Formats: sequence, C-alpha cells, structure tokens
Amino acid sequence: MPQGSLCNREPIKTEEALKTLLADKGGVVYYKEMEELDVDSDLLWSMLKKTCKSRTRTWLEICARCGMCAESCHFYRVNERDPEQVPAFKIQSTLGEMIRRKGRVDNAFMRRAMDYAWGRCTCCNRCGTYCPHGIDTGVMFSYLRGILFAMGFVPWELKIGSGMHRVYKAQMDVTSEDWVDTCEWMEEETCEEWPDLKIPMDVKGADVLYTLNAREPKHYPEDVAQAAILFHLAGESWTMASEGWEQTSLAMFAGDWEACRLQVQNVYDAIERLRPKLVIGTECGHAHRATVVEGPYWVGRPDGKPPAPYIHYVQWLAKMLREGRIKIDPAKKIKEPVTLQDSCNYVRNHGLARCTREIMSYIAEDFREMTPNRENNYCCGGGGGLNGIGRYRKERNKALMTKRDQIIATGAQLVIAPCHNCWDAIRDLEEEYQLGIRWSFLKPLIISMAVIPDHLKAAAEDFVNEA
Amino acid sequence: MRDLYMFLTGPGLIVALLVFFGGLAARALLYVQGLDWKLDRVAYIPHFKQGLKGAAQSIYRWLIPFGTHGWRKSPFFTVGFFAFHFGVIVLPLLVAGHAVIAENLLGFWLPHLPPAAADFFTLCAIGGAGLILARRIALPEVRHLSTWRDYAVLGLATLPLLSGFLAARHFPGYDYWLLLHMVSAEALLILAPFTKLSHIALFFMSRAQLGMDYSIKRGGDYRGTSFPW
Ligand code: HEM
Ligand code: HEM
Ligand code: SF4
Ligand code: SF4
Repeated sequence: MPQGSLCNREPIKTEEALKTLLADKGGVVYYKEMEELDVDSDLLWSMLKKTCKSRTRTWLEICARCGMCAESCHFYRVNERDPEQVPAFKIQSTLGEMIRRKGRVDNAFMRRAMDYAWGRCTCCNRCGTYCPHGIDTGVMFSYLRGILFAMGFVPWELKIGSGMHRVYKAQMDVTSEDWVDTCEWMEEETCEEWPDLKIPMDVKGADVLYTLNAREPKHYPEDVAQAAILFHLAGESWTMASEGWEQTSLAMFAGDWEACRLQVQNVYDAIERLRPKLVIGTECGHAHRATVVEGPYWVGRPDGKPPAPYIHYVQWLAKMLREGRIKIDPAKKIKEPVTLQDSCNYVRNHGLARCTREIMSYIAEDFREMTPNRENNYCCGGGGGLNGIGRYRKERNKALMTKRDQIIATGAQLVIAPCHNCWDAIRDLEEEYQLGIRWSFLKPLIISMAVIPDHLKAAAEDFVNEA
Repeated sequence: MRDLYMFLTGPGLIVALLVFFGGLAARALLYVQGLDWKLDRVAYIPHFKQGLKGAAQSIYRWLIPFGTHGWRKSPFFTVGFFAFHFGVIVLPLLVAGHAVIAENLLGFWLPHLPPAAADFFTLCAIGGAGLILARRIALPEVRHLSTWRDYAVLGLATLPLLSGFLAARHFPGYDYWLLLHMVSAEALLILAPFTKLSHIALFFMSRAQLGMDYSIKRGGDYRGTSFPW
C-alpha cells in the first residue's frame, strides 16, 4: 500500500482529518498502516541533498567512533549500558546509514529510525557537550525527525500534536474564544480575593506581553490566575493576546517545520500588533526553546532574535525578587530541603542557570543542587516529546530513573520544576517509583511566600493562606 | 631502490604534501561554504564577534588535557589521546631525519629534536595508539561502534611512527623499514583529506561551529561566561 488513509506523508490540515486521526484510539490502525507505508527513496534522497549540509555531514564523517559520548546519554546509563544506546551508534545507524545508502532504505529501516529518533533520544543535547569533536547528536536527531515526519514515519501523538497547531494554532483544541473565556472567568474568580486584579487582553503598548502553554487554560486555569496575581503584586503593566498567546510547539517535537513556522508567526504577529516593551513566557522549557531560541530562524529573522526582547518566566521572577518588587516573607521561606530541576531547553540550551539559582537564594533555606547540574544536568527523562508518546511509554518510564536517582541523592522531598515537561516527568516518576516526593512550579510557591503590600491586602490574606 | 628513495623524498613527497595541505584547505573551505544560517539556525554573520569568542573557547578548552568534562570523564583515553596526538603532530615537524630531507628540498637546515627526545615522544605516541586500540577492543560500547575503517585509520596513522622508529634505531632491515616509513607516511598524507583523518582540519571547523552555536544562539547572552565545556 503506498499511502495509508491515516498514516501518510501529508500533515494534518483540517479539523476533520484531525478528528479522524484522534478517533483511531492509540493509533492502532495508524501504526498498522505504517508497516505498509512505502518509502519514496528519490524524494528522501533529494530532501537529504537539499537540507543535509556541511555541518551535519562533517559530524557524521569525522566521528571518531571513540564512544566518549556514551556515558553522557541518560538512555545509555539506564539501559544497562547497552552499546546500541550510544549516541554515536544511534545516529550513525539511522541518519548516517540513510545518507550512505543515498536514501535507498526500506520500510523496516524507517520504522526503526523512528523508534530511535523518538524513543531513544530526547534531544537534550548533553552528548554534544561531551564529544571531543563537538558532534551534537541531539541536533542531528531533531533534523532526522524532520526527515521522518516528511516521509510519514512519526509517532501518532505527534502527528496529532502538529496537526493541532495547524488547525487550532495551539497544541490542544483551545480556540481563541475558549481562551478569552477562560481568562474572563479566571479574572472573575480571582477578583474575589484580589480586588482590582485584571487579566488585560490585547492592550497595546503595555510594558509586558505574557505568553503561555495551552495546557494552562485547558487543564490548569489556576496557573493563568497565578501569573495574573504575580503581575498584580509586582505592579506590572501587562497584557495577554487573544491571538498568538500559545507559546508551545509540539510541531518542534514532531519535526513539522512548516507548522513550527506557522505557530511562532502567530506569536510574533501578536508582538508586532501590541508592541510591548518585553515579552515573558511561562514556566515551560520547550515553549521557550521554540519561540525564543529556534523560532526566529523558522520565520527567517536574520538576526536570530524575536521581534521584541523575550524572556523566560524565571528571568522575570529573578528580576522582581532582586529589585524587591516582589518580596518574600522570611518566615515563609521554604525550610525543608528543596532541589531544582534544570530544564535542558533553557539551561543547557539558553544559559539561564544563574536565574534559577538566584531565585532559590531568595526562597529556600536549604537548597540542594542535584549532581550533575546546570549545563551539565541530565534530561528529566521525558523531554523531546517522549512524555506524550504511548508507543514509547516503557522507554520513557525507564528513562525517568536517572532523575529519580539524582533526586534521591539530594535528600530533598520537594522538587521545583519550572518547566511543563520536567514537571510532568517528575509527576510520573512519583507515580511510577513512589518516592514520596512533591513537585511544583515556581508561581504557586512564590504566591504563598510573598509579602502582600497593604493596599493589595483586602481579602487577599485568606487566599494566600489557602494556597 | 635508490630511484625509489629519490622518488619518495622528491616528487612523491611533494605530491603527497600538496594533496594533504590542498585537500585539507579545500575541506575547510567547503565546510564554511556549506554552512547555512537558516538550516543550522545560527545567525553567524550578525553576531560574528560574539561567535568567535565562543569558537575560540570551544577549541582551546578541548586542546588542554583534562580541560573539559569530557576529557575528565575518560582519563585513560585522555592520556592515550594526547600522547598519540602530541607525537603525530610534533614529530613530523621536528625529527632529525626529516630535517635532512627538508634541507635537500628547501636548501636550508631546520631545527630538530635531539634523537633521544624524538625516540621518547615516538614511543609515547606508539604507546598512546596502543591504549586507544586496546580501549577500542576492550570496551563493548566502543567495539560495537567500530568499523574496519576505524581500525584501518588508526593502523595507518601508527605505521609511520613504528617504522620511523625502527629505521632511526637501525633495526635489522633498515632499508625496508625506511621504505615502509616513507610509503606509509605518504599514503597517510594523501588519504587524510578523504577519510575521517580530515578531522585534522575539520576538528577546528566543527568545534568552532558548536562554540558559535552556543555563544550566538544557545545562551551566550545570558551565561556570562563561555559555555562550561
Ligand atoms: C591539529 C590536529 C589534530 C587535532 C586537533 C585532532 C583531534 C582529534 C580528536 C578530537 C579526535 C577524536 C578523539 C579520538 O578518538 O581520539 C581524534 C582522533 C584521531 N586522530 Fe586526531 N587530531 C589532529 C591531528 C591528527 C593527526 C595529524 C593524525 C594522524 C596522523 C590524527 C589521527 C587520529 C586518529 C587515528 C584518531 C582516531 C583515534 C581512535 O581510533 O579513537 N589526528 N583527533
Ligand atoms: C606524516 C607522517 C610522518 C610521521 C608521523 C613521521 C615520524 C617519524 C618518526 C617518529 C621518526 C623516527 C624518529 C626517532 O625515533 O628518532 C621518523 C624518522 C624519519 N622519517 Fe618520518 N614521519 C613522517 C613522514 C615522513 C616522510 C613523508 C618522510 C620522507 C619522505 C620521512 C622520512 C623520515 C626519515 C628519513 C627518517 C629518519 C630515519 C633515520 O634516522 O634513518 N618521514 N619519522
Ligand atoms: S564522542 Fe563524538 S567522536 Fe566520539 S563517538 Fe561520540 S559522536 Fe563520535
Ligand atoms: S541528545 Fe540526549 S538523549 Fe539524545 S543521544 Fe544525546 S544525550 Fe542521549
């Protein structure tokens, strides 16, 4: 069979196609069709010739096959040091082989490549920092995902995910109306405890535009309220956008570069329309990577920067605490041992390690670093989309072991995870391994510790006590 | 024999050197030409100066024994690597026998190492190659990664060291060791641009690229220092 009805080279472009694919629970039919999906070798080779340029080809060619990258990969460590989990082996036997064979590969090869690209690599980029030649296997796997996506070999959930972005301009079925409704509803609710609190929408020329993760309005609307409370506390002039509010990109995990471009263009359009001085993104790692770090290149901005200064939530929070615009009540500081998860996406890959350390210095009395940490930290185990892929659930659960052991070694029972992916992974880790740990974003913790200025007090005190 | 010797120290050597330097220079140029700011997603040109700093650090740190997390994680390999590479880079430039040939070709005498020092570094380099080979065979993850090419390249790179040493120490069969030395060394020079030995130039390109990547795009604005390799 050349192309399946569900599994094929076409991305999802309509709501109807999206619903049909969703109806195939667990992708049973989808994966069945994939076994028959044909590989258009000419198309594959022409794509490789066009997009696989000197950086990647040199990486593949000069690899000394020295295995110095082995220990650096969290998959290798938890899988009994299986030689097939060495980063160099994983990429050479997939992308490397695909190029050496000039695209003449069969269906089984492509399915194995898919299993490797999504089930054996979280694109955490750690191995690249351990390779003497500077060979970044994570970057190559991300590239390979793009090739596999274009050929139709992509995990079911991520085909859906990138389709969501194309259809709803969000990673979930949250329309603009749903979004604005949620904000109005949250404003009403929060106002009861915080008189005068506003969730401003589409205000032009505000100091700050706030963007977030569609999961927040969809599943955790209190997160939206918490962001509003903290802006309110800091006295920030801020707004959100009714269009272009969604910062995440499952399309990036899928390797659907066109959907990546479309998604980030929405956000940049909102920036151009509202002209804020500063854009702040929520406590999410991949959303930051997608919109701030990679996004400018997807839309072709030659300076590699978004249209306005765009920072991560932890950068804003560190500044507020430093300048005393949000003050922490010393009596409410975290007394118990607490540790911190460094997200690969904004720590190794965007240098923000100092911000989170600074925040910890204001809020924690017994902060314990994981080992290793900062740029050198291990992936949570669920990065790169792995958290969400049913087909690789076993691999993911095993991958959580590295983080589990790192957390246990700190002796802390509270883990601060300012990243949606890490937060999920640590939640699942607790479910899987029952360590008796708790995990949290920063927002609720800061609200529970903040000094509330007199003029904002009113009924706010009660709310804080509950939180 | 005499003719062969004349050829290998004359036109043969010149051709080998031309292929080596010309080939590597071409590889380096083609590398730069093949960089693509949109596909690589690194704005090389607009942030060139910032990028260069990152590139320099990324190269420099990796040239220091135990200078990076990576080197410190594999101490055994690091010793082998530096012993081997020091020899393979310094000896061809500073061995007395080479100075003789250089004088014949260029007409002037080049500085060179005392024979005892040359012997010492040669033996270190051969020892280093031995360590690298032993590790490649002993560690399952490295063995599994290896192809016949990896053994061949290591062998090809070690042959001139071994044969040069045996010739310089006047082991029995001197003429043959010397011949083997020249043939293997010239083969190495000629093959280098076309195998993974192209890393002699491309190591610098690849490291510079990743250094630029990290300092231009991946956090250089915020990290405060260069990437902590
Ligand atoms: C400026 C020069 C050079 C630099 C910076 C350099 C750097 C490197 C690096 C980073 C590696 C990977 C790590 C490893 O596997 O050892 C490597 C491997 C290697 N290099 Fe070099 N190299 C240089 C010159 C040379 C030369 C001149 C030769 C030979 C004549 C050579 C032969 C090799 C070989 C055989 C390996 C593979 C070792 C193995 O089997 O693991 N290199 N080099
Ligand atoms: C590129 C790689 C080369 C390497 C790594 C290399 C290395 C060496 C070493 C280690 C020695 C012995 C030094 C000692 O122990 O005292 C040596 C000697 C020598 N090499 Fe090379 N060499 C290379 C290329 C060449 C070439 C291309 C030629 C000539 C065409 C050449 C000609 C000689 C001669 C004539 C000697 C001296 C032998 C003697 O003392 O009788 N070498 N070389
Ligand atoms: S560390 Fe680098 S050169 Fe060595 S095997 Fe891994 S990718 Fe290849
Ligand atoms: S990017 Fe991360 S997960 Fe992927 S191979 Fe490298 S170390 Fe392993």
